[in-house]
Amino acid sequence: MSMLTAVPPPTEAPGTRAEITISHGRSVPVPLLFLGRAFRTLWSNGKARIGLCIVGLFILVAIIAPLIAPHSPTATTFTPYSSPNGTNLFGTTGNGQDVFSQMLYGARVSLLVGLSAGLLATFVAVTIGLIAGYRPGPVDEVLSFITNLALVIPAIPLMIILAAYLPNRSVWTIVFVVAFTSWATGARVMRSQASTLRSREFVTSAVFSGERLGRVVFREILPNMTSLVASSFFSAATAAVMAEASLEFLGLGNPNTVSWGTILYYAQQQNALLTGQWVLVFAPGLAIAMLAVSFTLINFGVDALSNPRLREK
Amino acid sequence: MRYVLRKVALFVLTVWAAVTLNFALPRLMPGSPVDAALSKLAATGQQITNAQRKAIEIQLGAPHGSLLGQYWDYLKNIAQLKFGRSYSFPTETVAHTIGKALPWTLVLVGATTIFAFIVGTVLGVYAGWRRGTRADSSVTIGATFFAGVPPFWLGLLLLYALAYKLNWFAIKGGYTPGLTPNLSLSFLSDAAQHSVLPALTLAITTLSGWVFGMRNNMINVLGEDYITFAEANGLRTRTIALLYTARNALLPNVTSFGLSLGAVVGGSVLVESVFSYPGLGNLLYIAVTNHDFPLMQALLLVICLSMLVAIFIVDLLYARLDPRVLR
Repeated sequence: MSMLTAVPPPTEAPGTRAEITISHGRSVPVPLLFLGRAFRTLWSNGKARIGLCIVGLFILVAIIAPLIAPHSPTATTFTPYSSPNGTNLFGTTGNGQDVFSQMLYGARVSLLVGLSAGLLATFVAVTIGLIAGYRPGPVDEVLSFITNLALVIPAIPLMIILAAYLPNRSVWTIVFVVAFTSWATGARVMRSQASTLRSREFVTSAVFSGERLGRVVFREILPNMTSLVASSFFSAATAAVMAEASLEFLGLGNPNTVSWGTILYYAQQQNALLTGQWVLVFAPGLAIAMLAVSFTLINFGVDALSNPRLREK
Repeated sequence: MRYVLRKVALFVLTVWAAVTLNFALPRLMPGSPVDAALSKLAATGQQITNAQRKAIEIQLGAPHGSLLGQYWDYLKNIAQLKFGRSYSFPTETVAHTIGKALPWTLVLVGATTIFAFIVGTVLGVYAGWRRGTRADSSVTIGATFFAGVPPFWLGLLLLYALAYKLNWFAIKGGYTPGLTPNLSLSFLSDAAQHSVLPALTLAITTLSGWVFGMRNNMINVLGEDYITFAEANGLRTRTIALLYTARNALLPNVTSFGLSLGAVVGGSVLVESVFSYPGLGNLLYIAVTNHDFPLMQALLLVICLSMLVAIFIVDLLYARLDPRVLR
């Protein structure tokens, strides 16, 4: 995923902020207006549009899961190990649970982990990247070293070991573990962008007009990096969805959570493939892949926004 | 020369940091990994000698003694490859267990990386050169999809289709049970046959990094003035594509080798456990399911250090590819 942003894109025109201030007079709040415009721009990109549609569908399913699920995802009332049939569309688990209902409810966990770990990782990446990029010298050296160290330590083994040490495993444990191990790529891209923006005139003039450090960094520099922030968010979210599934598959999640990862875990424990229940393995894996792919597709749109050379003709 | 010196210094510093992180991790965790480890070891029925207790305490944190003293003992133990005993494999030392598994993972990860690099780069060059065409879209969409596929899931599906249904490959393990690993031709071919599925799974799921990286670089280079100049000179299309664009687009891709290697190593942990492949990843899975903390810590260290060494070697080779960095 990180490859998408490996090339630092040319900076966006610093005119974006001015437009926001003009429209400030209207009653619509600025962040909403901004989000709306970002959405419209993404929508115009073909790949991103497909991604947005898939994510939207998953979000819808997650919200209305209780309404559309035919059965309770945890009730053990059905014949165990049954193949797909009229009552149980995807068959049942070895404990007699309805897999189709579990799939619908599972969307909640994957989205929750993906989005919140993505947010947390992006927050860390923005903070470290901006400070390192804006403060050359010892601060930058130390932060860059930590970032590079986090980059070369393989995330999945570290994640597995962290999860193995932590005693009470909830979904939030996984969120923290994933966020802790996947902020570095974003931080590095953010740092290089911030350090090129630092010497631009509009930043210099803000500094000379006596603005405080926090204001210069977060109000002058950050708005010009929105596409990088968005792209690192979607990369981290993709990594989080995959990591959550992997940890749960290895049995490092909470086995009582209903999620795509735990469906796979139980399927593997009960040798679903050898007993011919391939739907139990196929469905959750495909759902994970679809969600991860849709985040990546959105990222294509974000990349095209920041790098005109990648734009579709 | 300055480049090499800087890389060596950075390598030493990173190795030190990784070793220290490995020391700090179990000490920062809630609960007492040492007590858990000792009680597990006792449960396997073996006598806990003072030496074993000391080795585990040094690795995971002693309840008494200064932190600095512990750190010094830890460094001494690592230098002598003393990682104590694990309770998953009570009859041998951790160093011995890891030493047996390491070659398997090195070969698997090494072969996969080279294969994925070549195929991914070629696909990326093709997609970048033909950007906007149907060929480009199919490569990009295919790579996007396989980047989102969980490696262990693809492994399970391949296992089901090719090994279980079609019987083309062995279902699990790194070699036919009963054979003793050696370097004879018959054993190597047996092992190679067992490695095809894990390697294929890993290669497919890590290919996309190279494809995207190369495609983006190609597109960026194609926008450069010297490409326009080459076109204006009437050079043949293939010359421009391969000698002018691809060659220059390749360089930034080599620097992202470290990141890609991380993905392969991470994927190998998941894939090896699906295939019960006798490498480090499967060992890590066994260690985690048994709460075998001594083995876990030693494995994290070995995985990190092997990655750092690989990245260091690539950094040094990079100087040959791009002599500008030496100046």
